[in-house]
Amino acid sequence: NPYAGLVSHLRAAWLSGKTRPLEYRVAQLEALGRFLDEKKEEILEAMAKDMGKPPFEAEYTEILLCKNELHETLNNLSCWVKDKHVDKNLVTKLDSAFIRKDPYGVVLIIAPWNYPIYLLLVPLIGAIAAGNCVMVKPSEISKSTERLVADTLSCYLDKDCFAVVTGGVQETTRLLENKFDYIFFTGTPPVGRIVMTAAAKHLTPVTLELGGKNPCYVSDSCDVQNVARRVAWGRFYNAGQTCIAPDYLLCSLEMQEKLMPALREAITEFYGPNPRECPDFGRIVGDKQFRRVRALLCSGRVAIGGQTDEKERYIAPTVLVDVQLSDPVMQEEIFGPILPIVPVANLEEAIDIINSRERPLAVYAFSSNSKVVNEVLERTSSGGFCGNDTLMHVTLSSLPFGGIGSSGLGMYHGKFSFDTFSHHRGCLHRNMGLEPLNAPRYPPYSPRRLRVVRAASEVKRRSSCALL
Amino acid sequence: NPYAGLVSHLRAAWLSGKTRPLEYRVAQLEALGRFLDEKKEEILEAMAMDMGKPGFEAYFTEILLCKNELNDTLNNLAQWVKDEHVGKNLVTKLDSAFIRKDPYGVVLIIAPWNYPIYLLLVPLIGAIAAGNCAVIKPSEISKSTERLVADTLSCYLDKDCFAVVTGGVQETTRLLENKFDYIFFTGTPPVGRIVMTAAAKHLTPVTLELGGKNPCYVSDSCDVQNVARRVAWGRFYNAGQTCIAPDYLLCSLEMQEKLMPALREAITEFYGPNPRECPDFGRIVGDKQFRRVRALLCSGRVAIGGQTDEKERYIAPTVLADVLPSDPAMQEEIFGPILPIVVVANMDEAIDFINARPRPLAIYAFSCDSKVVNEVLERTSSGGFCGNDTLMHVSLTSLPFGGIGCSGLGMYHGKFSFDTFSHHRGCLHRNMGLEALNAPRYPPYSQQKLGLMNATFEVKRRGMCTLL
Repeated sequence: NPYAGLVSHLRAAWLSGKTRPLEYRVAQLEALGRFLDEKKEEILEAMAKDMGKPPFEAEYTEILLCKNELHETLNNLSCWVKDKHVDKNLVTKLDSAFIRKDPYGVVLIIAPWNYPIYLLLVPLIGAIAAGNCVMVKPSEISKSTERLVADTLSCYLDKDCFAVVTGGVQETTRLLENKFDYIFFTGTPPVGRIVMTAAAKHLTPVTLELGGKNPCYVSDSCDVQNVARRVAWGRFYNAGQTCIAPDYLLCSLEMQEKLMPALREAITEFYGPNPRECPDFGRIVGDKQFRRVRALLCSGRVAIGGQTDEKERYIAPTVLVDVQLSDPVMQEEIFGPILPIVPVANLEEAIDIINSRERPLAVYAFSSNSKVVNEVLERTSSGGFCGNDTLMHVTLSSLPFGGIGSSGLGMYHGKFSFDTFSHHRGCLHRNMGLEPLNAPRYPPYSPRRLRVVRAASEVKRRSSCALL
Repeated sequence: NPYAGLVSHLRAAWLSGKTRPLEYRVAQLEALGRFLDEKKEEILEAMAMDMGKPGFEAYFTEILLCKNELNDTLNNLAQWVKDEHVGKNLVTKLDSAFIRKDPYGVVLIIAPWNYPIYLLLVPLIGAIAAGNCAVIKPSEISKSTERLVADTLSCYLDKDCFAVVTGGVQETTRLLENKFDYIFFTGTPPVGRIVMTAAAKHLTPVTLELGGKNPCYVSDSCDVQNVARRVAWGRFYNAGQTCIAPDYLLCSLEMQEKLMPALREAITEFYGPNPRECPDFGRIVGDKQFRRVRALLCSGRVAIGGQTDEKERYIAPTVLADVLPSDPAMQEEIFGPILPIVVVANMDEAIDFINARPRPLAIYAFSCDSKVVNEVLERTSSGGFCGNDTLMHVSLTSLPFGGIGCSGLGMYHGKFSFDTFSHHRGCLHRNMGLEALNAPRYPPYSQQKLGLMNATFEVKRRGMCTLL
């Protein structure tokens, strides 16, 4: 296996204990910070080449949000790594009982192309913070960023413990034959299945950040212009290539009519009368993806946008109305700047539609009435949720980020990243003496001994009124 | 698929929302408590039939420890189900940001035969507490308990939402073809791989509680008699059929010599001069398992015990001395009342020995010197750890219980069970108005807007001195 040697190398470094000391981990994390600072221009440039990502967007998600995760981790790591002492019962009262945070060992991180630095670095931050060695595989689809990461990132990190590998499907398949101690994958559900199946052979734990169609319900009671802006922002950011973008809208026919001029206004406010000439609007990452997204346009009717240019891989910010559930655009995650609107009779129908489909990474609900927002939250299931906005819930590192069902398993961001990449080891350290404490548990068994054991270890039910 | 109808039935109940209200979950949990109280005699009897489990042991692990988990959950569930509000940044300061604990849906719990009620009920308690529906598959190997669970447990629980299925390998394979929303498996690593591979097809998250060979290091500085008692207790409890039993001892030649009379004394103290006639010593669960364990006896030399009786499936509490790493007893998890002693020169050799092998569910270290215990903990990796005793760390519900590497993935017990069976959904509920707060993020992008974004979103690195 072409990667066996590299994996061995990392494993040897892992077994040497090099990544364990807090100071070592902090140094590596600070090096990541320097990478983001010193290579900022190169990062922005690579992303502009890969998908015409506007520098503002690249700086916000790929630099600022990454540095936030970094600082959050650096600010709190010494607390997170500490043994966590826990409650004891009578028998263990004099003992030391705590949770030790152990690294897993050699971790594999596979990143996607749409936020190629952010979705690579944020898991990497967690993996390093938790004391692991890491192999990172950036996406081959975002070629310029892949080159940048392969040539540059590795120079900032300790080459004994961190490695970058590049390649496509074939290489990744061979890579996955190796035994890793944790695999963190961001990508599509079909590939997620392949990764988990490969992991199962080695009983390797995984976190899979996948995708789906994120529904966005808009009730009749809302500030239409605000809704239009917030939804347009979430949908057209990075030319729609965002795993948590609002994928389709559910609203009444009435609201669809009201939203049309509002969306038109928002799009013009954002990108001007001709988005193709606007530097703030991105492009589709590759020809194959461009053709896939373009094919979704024949769904419902084009109310806004719809223009495309194959050479530039440009698809205009587009809104489709009167879309039906059987239309092409409703058969797969769009991952492009197209917003279909599916008219529904009411909230009930919207919830039924959402619940009849795979559980998405995010559910969005807009209403001036909190009760409506809460009802959508309560009666649906998704990775995450945002009421009256889009995308924003993932900018808070205090909230766990992850999917459910086919949108993924596991979670990260902030301390959740550290917890994901560390094994929580239950530890008890008892006294060598004090043997009389243990006497009741030993044979020969007797009812008297059983009573003593029971008294010493029983957890009683507190009175019922405590539940109210 | 023979189980498709049943799974559909449970899924329909799940979608009806029946299991969501706290009162419902409490009622089901209290019913489990009644099962343990009312069927206590039947449970003890079933286990005596299945593996000659002494009444004391069955009561302690299958009734008392289960009720502890139940009471811990009932005492705290109202807290655990609450939305957990989290820290916010400047932009989200006026919003509601919280973690919602959502059930997964229809959960599958596969239980083993060695602690057939405990290892079935403890995960079930977590699954119910978290609001799931559950399919329960008790082990076909502990036949009497399987019958009891199939006939009786289901009568205590709501048949719409909880079902017991029985069967062997064939039936379990067909069962696993169905889509579940979570699978909790306790058993051997090879079957763990099969379960995870099946789960991967549906992207179903799993917890696998597996096994391995749990090493037990005894340093030269210890109270030999206490060590002998504590190790013998852990090894011979349930006739050695315990996933966290000390599987083999590592110590110096000197210590092996000292331990021998001490172990002989402990065994006699526990089980009398003829353990075969002692009601406090169990039997091997089945003929196949008996033959497997018996074959391990030709390792090293029998220093204590060694007698067997095929008809009774009796294997005497046995200690093997001078065992070599290449001996049969060192090739697989013993899961029987045999304690091999492998002589090592010193602690470093013991640690190297442990680290050269798959990571076990538990590591034990005995020493009067805390530094030695801490060093073994520090330099090894395992599911859990106990210094100066065996088994005891899992009796504390405040400690997470789970494996690492081949010994498993995921964790449970206490609140960790609830967390395992619930999806932690990151939620943000924003204001429909206050649009001015969002203005800096919208195109057209500008340096000024970027500056504002930095100011309102940025997480700064705190001063270095806080790291010390």
